[in-house]
Amino acid sequence: MTVRGPAMLKIEAVSKRYGYGASAVTAVDNVSFDVAAGEFMSIIGPSGCGKSTLFHVIGGLTGADEGRVSVEDEPVTAPHPAIGMVFQEESTFPWRSVAANVAFPLEVQGVAKRERLERARRFIALVGLKGFENHMPGELSGGMRQRVSIARTLVSEPKILLMDEPFGALDEQTRLLLGEKVLEIQQELKQTTLLITHSITEAVQLSDRVMVMTFRPGRVKRFVEIDLPRPRTAEVMTSDRFGHYVAQIWGDLREEASRGMAAQEERVRTHPGV
Amino acid sequence: MRHWRHRLLPVAVGLASLALLAAVVELMVRSSLINPFIMPTPSSVFGSFGRLIGEEHGLARLGATAAEVLAASVLITVVGVPVALLLHWRVRLRAAFESWVAALAAAPLVLAYPLFLVLFGRSQLTIVVMAFAAGVAPVILKTVEGFAGVRPVLVDVGRSLRLTPSQLFWKILLPAAIPSIFVGLRLGLIFALLTVTGVEFLINIGGLGHLINELAERYDMPGTYAAITFVVLVSVIFFAILESGERWLARSAR
Ligand SMILES: Nc1ncnc2c1ncn2[C@@H]1O[C@H](COP(=O)(O)OP(=O)(O)OP(=O)(O)O)[C@@H](O)[C@H]1O
Ligand SMILES: [Mg+2]
Repeated sequence: MTVRGPAMLKIEAVSKRYGYGASAVTAVDNVSFDVAAGEFMSIIGPSGCGKSTLFHVIGGLTGADEGRVSVEDEPVTAPHPAIGMVFQEESTFPWRSVAANVAFPLEVQGVAKRERLERARRFIALVGLKGFENHMPGELSGGMRQRVSIARTLVSEPKILLMDEPFGALDEQTRLLLGEKVLEIQQELKQTTLLITHSITEAVQLSDRVMVMTFRPGRVKRFVEIDLPRPRTAEVMTSDRFGHYVAQIWGDLREEASRGMAAQEERVRTHPGV
Repeated sequence: MRHWRHRLLPVAVGLASLALLAAVVELMVRSSLINPFIMPTPSSVFGSFGRLIGEEHGLARLGATAAEVLAASVLITVVGVPVALLLHWRVRLRAAFESWVAALAAAPLVLAYPLFLVLFGRSQLTIVVMAFAAGVAPVILKTVEGFAGVRPVLVDVGRSLRLTPSQLFWKILLPAAIPSIFVGLRLGLIFALLTVTGVEFLINIGGLGHLINELAERYDMPGTYAAITFVVLVSVIFFAILESGERWLARSAR
């Protein structure tokens, strides 16, 4: 067992519903957990289980119906300065060059142009986009654009990093490499990180702890401590214990994912054409 | 070098096609395939430019029309965009007025010129007001559409970076809506230009529309067409200004 430090991020009994009456959907139901300072935690769960909803609540963009979120015991009711977010959807500004996209948070903070472009350049190189500084997002692939938004969030070096399936649009190799890069920065800055993902290997590769969510309503199913040495070298990733964690999480997830698929089939059957 | 070729080649092809078309028309008129009483030869139209400028104060007329179009366009922009913003922010107002604005966009306002004459007198003011009324609707509609179409995730990025409402507007909402706003401005400009020349023609004051009316009444066909060419010139100038404005905005946002 790793020894966890004090809680940096606290989620207490958070619930969130969409809609009213009969058509109401409980997206997140009574979810509680802490993320310790410097901890790397992942949330994994089937599609539609409420991960993005939780992400928006923690980021202070949507209010919870019940429960509370706090950063170092300070309640989060609006976006918190310590939190940096990477969104699931494509979120680069199409009218800004790659460099201007990445420098955007610094521009808003009033950092001088020279300095912000310099700092932006460092993070652009870090996500493997050196040489694309003056390209417009429209000239990049979807995966490259996603890397631009990751760099844009990293550039302000937030104490807490929230990422909603940031590597979703990437191929497996880039995903692994970029995961390593993010991990390097995370360790260097001792960032508290919450990663939402649907990739089991990614979760095990990067995390100290994985939270598995149930399908509708989105509840906590289980926490899995990933007690593997760091750095998570190729050797670690091919070890039996790594495989054991993957199998364990897949066992949990499989049940929920099939419930999710069944729910979808049911909807197709009862509302044909929707 | 390549850069210049990329920019000049399309222009050259466009001008060459125009010259070719003129040559074809010239031949058709000379061989009476087209009735020469209705359609003057392009060469005689071309030949009337000097006369138009010298005897008919063509450049002053062009200036008058351009000034009216400019005044109307500025009005359209400074009224249309804020009104659109108001409609965007106030959902009730939008529900109440959007379809009326759409109806205004489709209304043949030029026909209401007697009313405007009574209200604003027989002056350039009437022309500007009518051009404004004709051109403001598409700007409002496309601007509202532009703001409504801003992807929510971009606003979320801004909110997560704790932008102030004014930063959110200037740095995210407006640049995201710019392409749609400029589609509206282009449409507004077309409507304004049509209305300016149309009303000048109808009420016989002001610039090129008035001139076209006079020349047509004198059965000066080459002069009439030459004056129409001047109108095209005004439209080309304004589109060029609009386009460079859009490019400038895009560059300053980068
Ligand atoms: N704005 C909304 N209005 C109504 N229902 C919503 C809204 N956003 C999400 N939902 C519903 O809430 C549930 C959870 O959605 P959410 O986006 O949080 O899932 P997710 O776990 O992020 O899924 P994915 O892995 O596919 O991204 C879904 O059933 C969805 O239909
Ligand atoms: Mg999601």
